[in-house]
Amino acid sequence: MNLATRSLFELQETTLLAARAFRGIFRRPRYLAETIDQMDAIGVGSLAIIILTGFFTGGVLTVQTFPTLKSYGAQSQTGYLVAISLVRELGPVLCALMVTGRVGSAISAELGSMVVSQQIDAMRALGTDPIRKLVAPRLIALLVSLPLLTVLADVLGIFGGWVTAVALYSISSSVFVSAVRDGITTDDLIGGVVKPIVFSIIIGTIACRQGLSTEGGTVGVGRSTTRAVVLASIVVIIADYFLAKALQVILGTT
Amino acid sequence: MSAGIHTSAPTISHEAAESTFHEVDDRARAIPAIEFQDVVLAFDDKVILDHLSFKVMKGETKIILGGSGGGKSTIIKIVLGLLKPDAGRVLVDGEDVTDYSEDQMMRVRKKIGMVFQEGALFDSLSVYDNVAYRLHEQDVPEEEVEPEVRRMLRFVNLEDAIDKMPIELSGGMRRRVGIARALIGDPKIVLFDEPTAGLDPPTARTICELAMKLRDLEDVSSIFVTHEMNNLYYICSEYAVVDDEGKVNFEREGERLCLINSKVMMMKQGKVIFSGTDEALRRADDAYIQRFLRGH
Repeated sequence: MNLATRSLFELQETTLLAARAFRGIFRRPRYLAETIDQMDAIGVGSLAIIILTGFFTGGVLTVQTFPTLKSYGAQSQTGYLVAISLVRELGPVLCALMVTGRVGSAISAELGSMVVSQQIDAMRALGTDPIRKLVAPRLIALLVSLPLLTVLADVLGIFGGWVTAVALYSISSSVFVSAVRDGITTDDLIGGVVKPIVFSIIIGTIACRQGLSTEGGTVGVGRSTTRAVVLASIVVIIADYFLAKALQVILGTT
Repeated sequence: MSAGIHTSAPTISHEAAESTFHEVDDRARAIPAIEFQDVVLAFDDKVILDHLSFKVMKGETKIILGGSGGGKSTIIKIVLGLLKPDAGRVLVDGEDVTDYSEDQMMRVRKKIGMVFQEGALFDSLSVYDNVAYRLHEQDVPEEEVEPEVRRMLRFVNLEDAIDKMPIELSGGMRRRVGIARALIGDPKIVLFDEPTAGLDPPTARTICELAMKLRDLEDVSSIFVTHEMNNLYYICSEYAVVDDEGKVNFEREGERLCLINSKVMMMKQGKVIFSGTDEALRRADDAYIQRFLRGH
């Protein structure tokens, strides 16, 4: 297969996997305990990196934008810029990339190891559909966790920006908070939640597809894990571009 | 005792005769447990199974021999519906499963137990949960699950390991837990995919004894894929009997009994090059078979 055929084949298989996983959500048996376990691993387990990433991203936004805004005499708008940047773009994208690195790789490696040790075959032989048992709970967990993690990253980013603005640049707290309020609109909040929902589907299906298509023993597990992280990261960034434009058109903010 | 074990005793009791006549009259036994009809499978240009046809009758053990890459394990995957053939028909218990969807195959798989080469135990589950897996998936109440799990672990002589995790088990123990897991729900067809590969001889012998117990005491039909000649020797020349105290013993076929429920099929490059009894296999003058039997 050449590159174009292989890419199309991968797209087809990943889409089919997503469709079968979503169909599995509405059919019995439902794996509630497995889904809650995954929410714990994906959501609660990612809290630390999301807290750190969000806080310091907000801080560095203030550090980078304050001098530029000051040169225009607009330093009071620092909060505005930090809030818009975080809620519209950096929060969803950075959160998705961090979760891809931490969770996408883990999903791919776990499923890949199960493939090479014949555990997936054993599961099918014992009458269980691995897509319903393994893929659907991970997708649901990502769909619930990623938007929540993104909101958390946004809030902590704004907090990090506020701490930096007040502590390093002596901006009044009320000025910063007021600028944040002016900056964020309902449309930004909708976009800030829609994006992680789409990203979670991208990360989940790509990681599961790469894991389940592992070939070639333990070396293959490494290869599929790398491919899952690289592919999911690139697709998240490309999808972000199209989503940003689509949301502008849909919400009428062009 | 299985109907496949033929007795040559001069006189037989009335009960035994009645039971034999019932077995003979049981037409369901004439339907093969597994049947392949002209099955072809190829990956790209490589032909894995080349117009393969064979039957495994009820209560029979079919030992499939052959070198690596000969298509032996592929047969098992096709029976389970994990792979679909390019051509030909596959029948399980008289039911044509060739074109079955994944959902339809789930029902068929409940009749089949599968023992994987390395056990394929679920790493994150304990021995108890591994063996109970099928029952948990069917939402069987826990008070019914535990006695069943313990019964199966007793069958493979591993009840003490019930709370252990797979990582704590030796290779032989993992295979035996794999057998216990495959046997839960009492499937009438069991597939063994090189279950003794890489095991020391006494442990390999234990696995073969379990296969013999299934054949002779539980009337299970099975496919036993292997490339180890010791497996062939044990399974084709010994049988399991229960003594008056309920203890299982293994006796060699000879004057009392002649085993007719174990057949051998040898494969080479996706084709059957021999099918028959172990005695006929040893007499075969094919150079590949003789080299395989001698080991050099």
